[in-house]
Amino acid sequence: MGVDQLPMGDNIITASLDGLVNWARKSSIWPMTFGLACCAIEMMATGASHNDLDRFGIIFRASPRQSDCIIIAGTVTKKMLPVIKTVYEQMPEPKWVVAMGACACSGGIFDTYSVVQGIDEALPVDVYIPGCPPRPEALLYGLMKLQDKIAKERNSFGSALGLGERLEPAA
Amino acid sequence: MVENHRAVLKLKEKFAAALLDVKEFRNEVTVTVRKEDIIAVCTCLKEELGYNLLTDVTAVDYFGKEPRFMMVYNLYSIPAKDRIRVKAPVTEADSSIDSATCLWNSANFLEREVYDLFGITFTGHPDLRRILMTDDWVGHPLRKDYPLQGPDRQPYKGRLS
Repeated sequence: MGVDQLPMGDNIITASLDGLVNWARKSSIWPMTFGLACCAIEMMATGASHNDLDRFGIIFRASPRQSDCIIIAGTVTKKMLPVIKTVYEQMPEPKWVVAMGACACSGGIFDTYSVVQGIDEALPVDVYIPGCPPRPEALLYGLMKLQDKIAKERNSFGSALGLGERLEPAA
Repeated sequence: MVENHRAVLKLKEKFAAALLDVKEFRNEVTVTVRKEDIIAVCTCLKEELGYNLLTDVTAVDYFGKEPRFMMVYNLYSIPAKDRIRVKAPVTEADSSIDSATCLWNSANFLEREVYDLFGITFTGHPDLRRILMTDDWVGHPLRKDYPLQGPDRQPYKGRLS
């Protein structure tokens, strides 16, 4: 009885390595702590206790070297763009970009000479979240969409070993 | 109020030729002076009348009129607790004016802002370079003939464009 006779026998789960890697990655999205405008306030509210991003394994990191996601939370000015590019380039692969709010998606109400008309002019955006600013629920939904996207990626394991490219799911 | 404002009385006495206009609107006194005399007038205001705080330096673009630009200096006297606004017209052909940095150090950044956004140059400024826009920016965005969406984009022509 007891230790010798395991009620469920020797457990074996068969799964693809990509599935395992994707599960680990989507369950530990660490976003860069990077706020640009009023959207950052909603992002902070989403991270705080009421909405609590930690329960998704989403933990804000204060260094691009430890991050694998950047949430562009706010208006991107042309003066700020080189800084964002530098932060993005400092993040290790794999990395994802979330455009949060109307400004990051399209420039929003700031149709002017000094504002970048959407961060997708410079970075490859994975998830666009509309709103001005989006409510925390919208940001949560967008991050869950990102999780879904990560879960469907292929060759995640092989690309980590240097074998081929990581294949993103068709949109 | 204009008639017995202490600074206006003094300026009328000392700079009768330089004074172009004196106005009052809602208890705000504005004097307009020739731009050649701006430093002489400001020196008098600071040294003799106690306007020791330069709260703002800015400019206005009256595009299509001549002179095109108007420099605006907002002064405050901490001992006397009163304000005065000094204006000086600047033409587009000769868009330069003497720097007020020799009187108030706060003019340094404010004049850089005016230079950056209006393209008015300040002679005698110790460090005249852009302050808000990037160093490689072309043009001066607050000029009325600067395209709102930037020179590299088609202007907005309504929702259906």
